[in-house]
Amino acid sequence: MNAPIGRVFGFIIVLFALLIVWTSRWTVFDAKALRDNPLNARTVIDEEKIDRGKILADDGTVLAKSVPGPDHTFTRTYPTGSLFSQTVGYSIATTGQDAGLELSDGDYLRGVNTGISAILGQLGGGTQVGDNVYTTLDPKAQRLALSLLDGRDGSVVALDPQTGAVKVMVSLPSYNDNTPNANCGAPGCKENDATQAFDVPGSTFKIVTTTAALNSGKFTPDSVLNGNSPLTVSGVPLDNDSDTSWGPQTLTVALTNSINTIFAQVAQQVGRPTLTEYMKRFGFYSKPPIDLPPNELVASEPWTPTTPSHPYPPGSPNEDIGRIGIGQGGLLVTPLQMAMVAATVADGGKLMAPHLTDHVVNPDGQTIETIKPVLYSQVMKPAIAQEISQMMRKVVEEGTGQPASLGGLSVAGKTGTASIGATGSDLTEPWFIGFAPAANPTIAVAVTIDQTHGGYGGTLAAPIASAVMKLLLSEHG
Amino acid sequence: MTARNRELFGLIPASLLVTAGFAAVFIQRSNALSNISLTYGAIFLGLCLAGHVVIRATLPYADPYMFPLVALLSSFGIVMIYRIDTTDARQQAQWFVLGLILFAATIITFRDYRKLERYRYTIAVVSLVLLMLPRLPGLGDQVNGAYLAVHIPGVFEFQPTEFAKIGFVIFLASYLRDTREVLVQGARRVLGVTIPPLKHFGPVLVIWGLAMLILFALHDVGSSLMFYGALLAILYVATSRLSFVVVGVLAFALGAWYIGAHVPHIDARVQEWLHPLSPKLYSGTVPGVSSYQQANALFAQAAGGMFGQGFGQATLTIPGTSHQLLPAPSTDMIYAVITDELGLFGAAAVLIAYLMLIARGFKTAVLARDSFSTLLAVGLSSVLALQVFVIVGGVTRVIPLTGVTLPFISYGGSSIIANLVLVALLLLVSDRARRPA
Repeated sequence: MNAPIGRVFGFIIVLFALLIVWTSRWTVFDAKALRDNPLNARTVIDEEKIDRGKILADDGTVLAKSVPGPDHTFTRTYPTGSLFSQTVGYSIATTGQDAGLELSDGDYLRGVNTGISAILGQLGGGTQVGDNVYTTLDPKAQRLALSLLDGRDGSVVALDPQTGAVKVMVSLPSYNDNTPNANCGAPGCKENDATQAFDVPGSTFKIVTTTAALNSGKFTPDSVLNGNSPLTVSGVPLDNDSDTSWGPQTLTVALTNSINTIFAQVAQQVGRPTLTEYMKRFGFYSKPPIDLPPNELVASEPWTPTTPSHPYPPGSPNEDIGRIGIGQGGLLVTPLQMAMVAATVADGGKLMAPHLTDHVVNPDGQTIETIKPVLYSQVMKPAIAQEISQMMRKVVEEGTGQPASLGGLSVAGKTGTASIGATGSDLTEPWFIGFAPAANPTIAVAVTIDQTHGGYGGTLAAPIASAVMKLLLSEHG
Repeated sequence: MTARNRELFGLIPASLLVTAGFAAVFIQRSNALSNISLTYGAIFLGLCLAGHVVIRATLPYADPYMFPLVALLSSFGIVMIYRIDTTDARQQAQWFVLGLILFAATIITFRDYRKLERYRYTIAVVSLVLLMLPRLPGLGDQVNGAYLAVHIPGVFEFQPTEFAKIGFVIFLASYLRDTREVLVQGARRVLGVTIPPLKHFGPVLVIWGLAMLILFALHDVGSSLMFYGALLAILYVATSRLSFVVVGVLAFALGAWYIGAHVPHIDARVQEWLHPLSPKLYSGTVPGVSSYQQANALFAQAAGGMFGQGFGQATLTIPGTSHQLLPAPSTDMIYAVITDELGLFGAAAVLIAYLMLIARGFKTAVLARDSFSTLLAVGLSSVLALQVFVIVGGVTRVIPLTGVTLPFISYGGSSIIANLVLVALLLLVSDRARRPA
């Protein structure tokens, strides 16, 4: 009877081998798919058990931290409430909702990038501890910008033009990121308008038009054009502000006084391909190169007047190039994009990719990563940037941007007062973009208020920009 | 070194394991190493030594590896259960003590186990009655659609299949020892297939009917497979005729298919087996079908990966609640918890420990000097192996998931007592087989 016994035992070995093969199927081969399965509650619970790192401002203010909950879980709180809500975002492990830096810096915060000692610690069964993320954000300036918006919907963005570090990123309406699922009272309040708004840039866009005009060699700051009003553009009359006819004027004067009819002609003469090329260099037509989740960013580009509206293909012959040249004609931008325009001129024509993350520190206090400045594009020659900078100084010294001047400190800037309502309505979107100190800029800003009745960029947006820059300059020299 | 000294040394790893295991649980619970872990280790070592002394006194030639392997698996089980539920672990320890007492009683009572043969029909009838008890009104208890336990509230609860399996193996080993010659020699060959004479094959058909009855009346696919598999193993060893096994498997498959299609509970288990990750079955929107347990068994194994999350690290409930993420973690699902915490390697180690124990059982069958002993050892080893296969195969989705315990490891008094008695019988057979002539 020995041979059959051997065979029965052999069969049992085969059965047990099957068990081991199937166990390895679930533990190794199909493990990833099973972990990612939406039915798998463990994935969420494991997230809850991670002691995520803090998010801090540049001065060490805690913007987000983990507090222990039941059964070794953690929840997130945001001590600064709604001050940084759109940028910092939120992370709710139980529902898998993540937004803002909580999402885009998730790998750091969860400790995925932490070194071998943390991995060994985890094998021993310890809690997974994340790294702390220090941001470039300045809480004082952020608070000031928010208070100056004074409850009006709008955005303030301030960048270090030399590094792309974002110092201020405020937008209203807002919400409290401790309660992201509560009704925050206004539609779109969870959106970060600094990076997600569709705003009409108005005359601030003339900086882009000027860049294309000068850097392409077709114009100089002293080129003279006819500034009479109205001018027929694409078959429709275009007015200057107050319908003023300026007669022949240089480009410098035209920028100082924001003469629409001159810039419409400049845009037409520069031509669609060249203007489109410069817009791309400034970052238009693509989502801003910033460390926020892609779904919280929109591209700045011209949109069709059709219903439903959609972006024009770049360089489309249907665009009203004259009106785009003055920041109208269906052009919709983000405040961040306009801050990038100002920062490019400020940095000698170099556009640095904006970033919110400054450096990452592991639980042992070692800095494991420092975000280095990244050149996005060389938009124009340094000499041209110098010329445009001079022209923008005149805007603040003599022209529409005078309320932005800081006593004793030179500011360069450009106002915008976009018409946003139907023809004949007085609805405007005031803007100011600029930088300081003009000679050696360390701060570039963009300020916009979404909607006013006849308000001007010079009177409404420029003072906010001025105050925020003043504070930032006093802090950082 | 004598067999008994080898056995004694074999107990050391088990005791170390239980001490280390409790220490790990304590560290994980309270970040403090309490000397209770040493106490528990010492108590466990004491119990195993008592078992060893009984074997030393009564079965000097018995296989030296079986008892240490059982001690290893049991101690591992108690540590796992302790990590899941401390109250359950204390009860399990009491069941283990009772099991050891019955283990000793079996060894002492059945020194000459061959007298069991005399009572084979009594044993068969008692086993059958035991098996049907859960179906009796007032006694039975339907759990997840199957009748698995006898339950007298406040008095006791036990799973008769655990004991019935031993009874049926004894009966079959004894019956087939008698009839195996006739089965083969009286058989005719028709179209190359050996067909035994019907009157001797009758009891085999009865067992087939019994397996079907377990399916039909108790809805217990796991036990049915276990019993029938053991029958086929004994039958094959007794007759050396593969054709019997083939016919037997076909008959079982046919019956199971028919009954499966007519008992909704079994059909539901098959659906859950085929589509555990279907959102519809998972959420239980289909009446009577829920793949929640099967799916979470897989999720738990995936969480373990190659090396496991670490002892005490598996997530068993949804944090902040007592809602079970993995239903029945200390009984049916204990293999999933082991895999979650110790990974593929830990789980494979457990399976290999079982395989070593089963190998000793088959070795005993080979060494046995009479047919009854051989068939008994084959039957007991096979039923143990199949029980492991049925539950681990269910948890790993090799076969549909049915509720049987993982021998020695799962929480449950009936399981640990019955399996200790099973090993006692194997040791009795082994002692006789290895005794110098």
